[in-house]
Amino acid sequence: MIDLLASGGRPPDDTPVLLRAKGLVKVYRSGGLSVEAVRGVNIEVGIGEFVAIMGPSGSGKSTLLHLLGGLERATYGEIWLRGQRVDRLSESAWAVLRRRHVGFMFQFFNLLSTMTVADNVELPALLAGATPRQARRRREVLLAELGITAKANAAPYRLSGGEQQRVALARALANEPGLLLADEPTGNLDSASARDVLRLLRRTHEAGQAILMVTHDAKVAGLADRVISLFDGMVADDARVIPAPRRSAAVGDFLELRG
Amino acid sequence: MRQPLLALLAKEPAHGYELKLALEQTFGEAYPSPNIGQIYVTLKRLETDGLVSSQDVEQDSRPNKRVYELTALGREALTAWVHEPIEGPRVRDEFFMKLVLAPMAGLADRMELINAQRRHYFGMMRNLMDMQAGMDAATPAARLLIEGAVLHLQADLDWLERCQEELV
Repeated sequence: MIDLLASGGRPPDDTPVLLRAKGLVKVYRSGGLSVEAVRGVNIEVGIGEFVAIMGPSGSGKSTLLHLLGGLERATYGEIWLRGQRVDRLSESAWAVLRRRHVGFMFQFFNLLSTMTVADNVELPALLAGATPRQARRRREVLLAELGITAKANAAPYRLSGGEQQRVALARALANEPGLLLADEPTGNLDSASARDVLRLLRRTHEAGQAILMVTHDAKVAGLADRVISLFDGMVADDARVIPAPRRSAAVGDFLELRG
Repeated sequence: MRQPLLALLAKEPAHGYELKLALEQTFGEAYPSPNIGQIYVTLKRLETDGLVSSQDVEQDSRPNKRVYELTALGREALTAWVHEPIEGPRVRDEFFMKLVLAPMAGLADRMELINAQRRHYFGMMRNLMDMQAGMDAATPAARLLIEGAVLHLQADLDWLERCQEELV
């Protein structure tokens, strides 16, 4: 039996809490059937923390992320963002808060196909109240950092998967959110593109970005401060990632070449 | 160590220290640096087996160095090795034994065992990612070595997840 309270990890004591969820439950009802996708989850994410959510398909990872981002309503439980309870806000009030403080990066990018890359990235900043000049400046910086400045005027569908993923990341960071929520950001990417995205996430996190990310990719766990393992809609483990003791600085601890 | 040394000697004759350097340059920091003593011992054995031959080369103001070259027999052995498919890697099954047997005897809880093992794998992944971060300029062989280790570790974690689904 999984103890869902005892294992609830939290940021280090000196880190102020950015996002807190208490007793989150999500029940889907359809016809006479009800399915509990999330069954009493407690989570805290500290300012600047990088937390990965892992677990088998169907363990409730994406649902949990949607609840935390306000894309779906929880059946029970509380969500607090920056000290403010948000789960009882109206749709529009929550949307306003989200534009200011949360960036979303989806697995399938959700870029607007009728707009250029540049417009896709600037839009969230404009919606959050930035002036056109500020939004453009921020977009230029982000695209440059992601190495896709040359694609600014292209339509998203002309880009490779790796490039689209970088645009999605730029867009998610455009309004300088306190929290980046990402769903499988390296899913469906070739290994070179995945490496680019991981490098960016690492760099963004090192610059102080808080990240909460759902992933199957264990490489992400190697970058995160903490990994939450979900199982059957509950937290099975919540642990800080601590480098394993090494015998040498080389790869020999993992892989032995013989001959 | 035998076959890699034969493979390097197939390119050109070399002395022990040159072989050590060649291995390091090819596989980079990702691979543990071969011990020079071990290289000399291996070369000696290869010579006893007739796979390499050696001769002393005089050096000004230094002790002679012993230069090794591949024999016809050595080339034959090397060619056979190169074309022989290798056994797949062995699965690390010690944890699996613990996971299956310990709870039967009431010695441990499976979920706890899985969580502890998973935390350890995550820690190993952190090490690999840190190595990878410092490797942009490394040789392809060195980068691929890390990628191979990452993929194996990912498979270990996936297997752990399957064990969790079936056994917990």
